[in-house]
Amino acid sequence: MALTAMALYKHLPRTNCGDCGFPTCMAFAMQVASKQKAATDCPHLSEQAKSALSEAASPPMKLVRIGPAGTGGVEIGQETVMFRHEEKFHHAPNLAVKIPASLSNDEALKKIEQINQAVFTRVGQELAVRLVAVDLAGLPSEKAAERTKAFAAKSRAPFVLMAEDPDAMAAAVAVVSDKKPLIYKATAKNAERFISIAADKKCPLAISGETLEQLADLAKTAKDKGVADIVLAFDGKDTARSIRAITTARRAALKKGFRPFGFPSMVDVAHDDMARETALASTFVAKYAGILIINGLDGAELLPILTAIQNIYTDPQVPNTVESKLYEIGAVNENSPVLFTTNFALTYFSVEGEVERSKVPCFISVIDTGGLGVLNAYAGDKLSAEKVVKALDAQKAAEKVKHRKLVIPGLLPAFRAEIEDTSVWKQVLIGPENASGIPAFLAGNWK
Amino acid sequence: MQIPDAKEKWTSKINAITLGATRAEGGTRAKTVTVGGETTLPFLTSEGEMPHPPAIAGLVVDVVPEGWPDILKKAIGDEIRSPAEWARKCVEKFKVDLICLKLLGPDPVGKNLSADHAAKTVKAVLEAVDVPLIIWGCGDEKKDNEVLPPCSMAARGENCLIGAATDKNYRTLGAIGKADKHKLIGEAPVDINIAKQVNILLQDAGFDLKDVVMCQVTAALGYGFDYVYTIFERVRIAGLRGDKHMALPQIANVGWEVWKIKEALADEDILPGWGKLEKRGPQWEATTAVGYIQAGADIVTLAHPDAIATVKETITQLMTGDSK
Repeated sequence: MALTAMALYKHLPRTNCGDCGFPTCMAFAMQVASKQKAATDCPHLSEQAKSALSEAASPPMKLVRIGPAGTGGVEIGQETVMFRHEEKFHHAPNLAVKIPASLSNDEALKKIEQINQAVFTRVGQELAVRLVAVDLAGLPSEKAAERTKAFAAKSRAPFVLMAEDPDAMAAAVAVVSDKKPLIYKATAKNAERFISIAADKKCPLAISGETLEQLADLAKTAKDKGVADIVLAFDGKDTARSIRAITTARRAALKKGFRPFGFPSMVDVAHDDMARETALASTFVAKYAGILIINGLDGAELLPILTAIQNIYTDPQVPNTVESKLYEIGAVNENSPVLFTTNFALTYFSVEGEVERSKVPCFISVIDTGGLGVLNAYAGDKLSAEKVVKALDAQKAAEKVKHRKLVIPGLLPAFRAEIEDTSVWKQVLIGPENASGIPAFLAGNWK
Repeated sequence: MQIPDAKEKWTSKINAITLGATRAEGGTRAKTVTVGGETTLPFLTSEGEMPHPPAIAGLVVDVVPEGWPDILKKAIGDEIRSPAEWARKCVEKFKVDLICLKLLGPDPVGKNLSADHAAKTVKAVLEAVDVPLIIWGCGDEKKDNEVLPPCSMAARGENCLIGAATDKNYRTLGAIGKADKHKLIGEAPVDINIAKQVNILLQDAGFDLKDVVMCQVTAALGYGFDYVYTIFERVRIAGLRGDKHMALPQIANVGWEVWKIKEALADEDILPGWGKLEKRGPQWEATTAVGYIQAGADIVTLAHPDAIATVKETITQLMTGDSK
């Protein structure tokens, strides 16, 4: 977080010795604040001031990694804003599917195999379950270690280890500590032992508190005792309170620089009912969770949650696009109309939706405009008659139909002459200005 | 440890709007529904008030949409053939707060049914149920201008919510809203500036913004949801910060949009591994709705009874508990 010159000045020796090359400590502080100089360029900076300044210069929310270095781990945190339109949300939440302690080893391994397979592709992105929540509740230490080891040999995803008993947790962590599992979770009851396990094994630690004050106390204690990576844990069943707590914690960290909350959050939304669990998970996708613990593994649950994550964590400053190609809507044939539009997702979806509403099967040629809508693309030189002709050629649109009629957006009437003169499309029809006019247009103008 | 005070201090309040009119108020409804009135972001009741829970409007369509999947039609039941019976089932069995009657029949590219037919449907639905009614045109502005006035007249005094007023037909809708004492939906095509413009136009046409609910054109999850979600959030923040043209309750027409997309139509034979459509469809609908509710939706329309049940339970869970 950027420090003001005044805040920096307080940490300087304030002797105006000039050894840094500036006449006064205040002048130096202003240089540091504008990032022209580093605070360490002051030769007389005390150790205490150095650590305070490095703390102050670090991001307000820490990036926490779960899993081994390299591939296969997940990163959460380092968020900077409360609302995605203020910048963007940086690190998409991860689903941690729970393996209940009550499952037999065989059943558990089967579920882990299913989790390994839970990878989907949606609009060109890979969506997957990336964590396994290993529930060790009630298991003796030996058994906990044994299960964890067996699961680790099969699982593609790193673990969230869930236990209340410090002995069982210590035993389980010991067998997978190189894979950096998330230790879940330190509470007021077991904090001391859990903190020392996490500090010893350098593993991330989840912490929960009955109140936000208690949570802050435990997080600070853990940090002071050497736990670098902390995740703040909330209970999804206590939905209303958790929404407020998770929001308050994030705001305190981002807006007030409150260090004990300068960590990502997670929410346990595990519920016996799939529909309830999906709704709770989606709620906390919108509201700041970095990890969601769930029971379910049905595609009908995973897909909507993963799509919600995909949507909410899309960078709002980069336009969504669809693939630039020739789309076939409905049962097209060689007489079907050919339309073109841009690859801005919203433009395309409106056109596609209205073509469907018209019930006239159509070809839609999508032109790559860098994600801009029709008028913006035209104004920004991303859309020209020449480009349209080239794209139609590349997409082999003329091979799909026997007519040579092309419907163009009503906002671009000037394209008609050039397309007719320079391409095989000898009859250009000027379509409606808005997608909503497509059904009426096709009904009236396409014979 | 003392936690720094990071509370948001908003200056303004979202308009509260009551829909429906009882006999004493000149209508025939047994109950009314009030939405809006927030002085805080959704569910942050430690910072302000959220006096009314988001309301669920059961989506009823005058003619069954051709593209709707069998799993949805079956879940609704045989009553789907009669808007009045469908509406009654929504209220009695699915326990919705109000009804949203979508008038698809008049759409010129569809059945092109008459305005008179639409008005009769409105009357029949009003007689069948005693909850407030939303009347939503087919979206063809010219046809809506023909159809909505007689519908408005047929529902005169019932204090319905009628839509959608756009920058093209706000005059007609403003006039019928005033004449027949209804509230209006103002709609803009996923554009926050046009959304504000529509409200200003309505106001300039003499329609009180205290009687308007905003709609951003709803996007289904995965199909522009992120844009609409963010507009919901920005509108709500602007409203709480004191922009009177934005301090309006918002509606998301979730049921209408979700049942057009691949994920709610195609079963596992086309989307292998994506889960049975029977479950996935309502899950997709509920997820879209709970997302918008987190962004500031005050009314969501829903079609599938399972989605209605899930969203209802989630709202209850979010509204219960102390305010800490």
